[in-house]
Amino acid sequence: MAEIAPVRKVAVVEEEIKLKAEEVDLQRAAKLGGVAGLVAVFVSANGMVQAFAERAIISPILSMGYALLFLVPLVIGYLAAKEPPVREGFEAPKKGPRNVVAGLLVGVGTAVGLALFVLVASVVNLRPVFLNVSPELLELLTFGQGVGPGLALLVVACVVLGTVGGLMRLVPDRLRNALWGGLAWTLLIGLLEVVVAQLFRGLGLGFLEDIFYAPLGGLTLTGALVVFVLAFLYYYTVVPRVDAWRANYAQLPAERQRSFRLGALVAVVVIVGLLPQVLGPFVSEVLDLVGIFLLMGLGLNIVVGFAGLLDLGYVAFFAVGAYTTAVLTSPASPRWSPELSFWLALPFVILAAALAGIVVGTPVLRMRGDYLAIVTLGFGEIARLLLLSDWLRPYFGGAQGILKIPNLSIGPIVFRTPVDMFYPILGFCLVAAYISWKLKDSRIGRAWMAMREDEQVAEAMGVNIVELKLKAFIVGAIIASFGGALFAVKIGSVFPHSFSLLVSITVLVLIIVGGMGSIPGVVVGALALVGLPELLREFQEYRLLAYGVLLILMMLYRPEGIVPSKQWMRELHEEELMQDAWLKMEEERRRQAEAQAAEGKPAGQPGEA
Amino acid sequence: MALLEVRNVSKDFGGLRAIDHLDFHVEEGEIVSVIGPNGAGKTTLFNLITGLFQPDDGEIIFDGHNLVGLRPDQITKLGIARTFQTVRLFFNMSVLENAMVGQHCRTRSGVIDTILSLPRQRQEEERIRQKAIEALSFFGTRLVGFRLHQPAFVLSYANRRRLEIARAMATEAKLLLLDEPTAGMNPRETLELTELIGRLRDEKGFTIVVIEHDMRVVKGVSDRVVVLDYGRKIAEGTYDEVAHNERVLEAYLGRKAVRSA
Repeated sequence: MAEIAPVRKVAVVEEEIKLKAEEVDLQRAAKLGGVAGLVAVFVSANGMVQAFAERAIISPILSMGYALLFLVPLVIGYLAAKEPPVREGFEAPKKGPRNVVAGLLVGVGTAVGLALFVLVASVVNLRPVFLNVSPELLELLTFGQGVGPGLALLVVACVVLGTVGGLMRLVPDRLRNALWGGLAWTLLIGLLEVVVAQLFRGLGLGFLEDIFYAPLGGLTLTGALVVFVLAFLYYYTVVPRVDAWRANYAQLPAERQRSFRLGALVAVVVIVGLLPQVLGPFVSEVLDLVGIFLLMGLGLNIVVGFAGLLDLGYVAFFAVGAYTTAVLTSPASPRWSPELSFWLALPFVILAAALAGIVVGTPVLRMRGDYLAIVTLGFGEIARLLLLSDWLRPYFGGAQGILKIPNLSIGPIVFRTPVDMFYPILGFCLVAAYISWKLKDSRIGRAWMAMREDEQVAEAMGVNIVELKLKAFIVGAIIASFGGALFAVKIGSVFPHSFSLLVSITVLVLIIVGGMGSIPGVVVGALALVGLPELLREFQEYRLLAYGVLLILMMLYRPEGIVPSKQWMRELHEEELMQDAWLKMEEERRRQAEAQAAEGKPAGQPGEA
Repeated sequence: MALLEVRNVSKDFGGLRAIDHLDFHVEEGEIVSVIGPNGAGKTTLFNLITGLFQPDDGEIIFDGHNLVGLRPDQITKLGIARTFQTVRLFFNMSVLENAMVGQHCRTRSGVIDTILSLPRQRQEEERIRQKAIEALSFFGTRLVGFRLHQPAFVLSYANRRRLEIARAMATEAKLLLLDEPTAGMNPRETLELTELIGRLRDEKGFTIVVIEHDMRVVKGVSDRVVVLDYGRKIAEGTYDEVAHNERVLEAYLGRKAVRSA
């Protein structure tokens, strides 16, 4: 066999002449300014600014409505001021006044958009068409100063914020990250007042609440400042070192890493387990809901993320779990009420879910992609309509549903309140996460992934497609049915309208946003997409709008999700990985060459060039 | 008895007869090359043997089992593995995982074993891993080491072809069907692969059928050469016999060319 000749070192003449760096594209910035104007007008005209104005973030100076409005020029200005990427043979782009001008352009764009909107709205009554363009909105937009001076203020504010966005590009990276981090955390802590204030109270630090939060809601100035400074310091001092720590961690022996990870996991579970005790009933209620959606997310993640079977009717399995539990445990079950305990009913729930998995799975075995999605979408609706139908009314109670589902209990312990319910939900979530984690790196998981990559080849390599597809549907269905069962005992009743298409969509969106195929991703997705809207009541009305915007932004800027799995990252960043692989190969070659050189230069090889 | 016997098999695609009453057999331990002009039905033959297509007529006997009517995965389990003319790896899975999928049909752990993490399942995982690495190691250092955990799409073209062969080897097949294994390789890589095909039989004990266009490879590896044209077998024999067969020259070069020669 031919030996690979060691690569001979060739002196590369460093190209002194480099092309001039590309500059920040001002035309693009101007366009983005237009976009920013439209976005600002849009959020004003659809009522978001006004709806959110009720909630103070920093009392009394910043409401959520203003925050939303003013983040538009700031963030878009920042984005517009981004230098073009460094390209081979070009100088690294220099930062300079052009960045600021780009930000300024966006600020001007926003200002022009809003100013025109306010002027038109103050002259013409737009309300017959745009319901939300109320006098109150105009007052908000002009800061209660009347159209003349108010408008001037608004314009100045937008321009300044856009410019600040541009200026942020001139700030050194570390400082910039710290500034953004500080801003983000201040807004977040302001928004999550309910949770944080409860946390203070629960921890017996009630006095902190008075310091941080104003009586009428929102952070106090002191509170805001403290949060900002803490977050700033965290991003400035701690975060830059994380990489080094990670490298250290990677150096640790596998045994140590394992125990370290196990320790971290236990710590997280303990902290999460204590949360509802500290956070009280309202937040626990939200956490329960997050947990139930998390369960469904984990289940759907197996079907869609691992096996690549796009199931849009996933709610059907959720409904099967809920209704089976209701029929078996409730004394009010219309036809037949064995009044089993939850735990005795559970095996039947699993069985029913597995059957449902087979029923949905079998007809779609030979379908792929879009067709599969459409058919499963149909199944989801069929499930709901069947439950609603007169035909099955004697069994499932039609639109009246099934009431009086008893509370969950283990021996003498009864789980009554949302705080109690959190624990069984957490338990089932842990089980589901464990199942996902075990399956992912197993014979079955690999076969699912192979099937997702290329069904025909997987089959030719000995994977029984029929069996594996059914297995994916069954496992997914069982996990969703856990969610359904817990949902039923938590609410105490089940109605067909709880199982709408929207549930399927929400679960799908949360795994896409979180990161397809990634277990931590599903957790983050569930918290962000189910938890946040529950906490921010004003937000409910705009929930679907936010989902839509979020999905589009994710697809454009981070298609692999917030916490991606390795697999999908590979898929979506192929080029970078190719480059990385090439570099590794070069390194390997160099090492080999060096090793050979160290062994004593073989005869016939030239010396160091 | 022959390891693989294709008896009187035909396959039509609409009005086109891709395979026409073909008889074809492979003895155990043989390396058989299938050659023929483009569209002669070589890949279709592979697709019929591996169950991707069902023949319209005839039977295919492998190791005493009739393959007609079986699913591709059942056929793989009986001991036939293949590579594809257009490399078809699981590109977003790692090199190791690709080879590990090959072991799927030789192992049994199901969902429940995996969840309960039974000792048997863990041992089996370990064995799958070893078998996969063993198959990958056949290609020297090309697919192991730092490459084990790289996604398959970063591999060079030649390495992709090698990984496809490794994946087929990992199924522990008796018979390997290699569809143009050297297509797109440079002369040195081709030479190396020619040697490897010989070693696959001599060291690993595979029986091999290879579709090949490169006549140096065909000459280098084959015990026997089968020539297809328009779905029919037009010649069969050693390389030298086939290379001088008039019908073969005709099929490749055309009638006129032969006459004027």
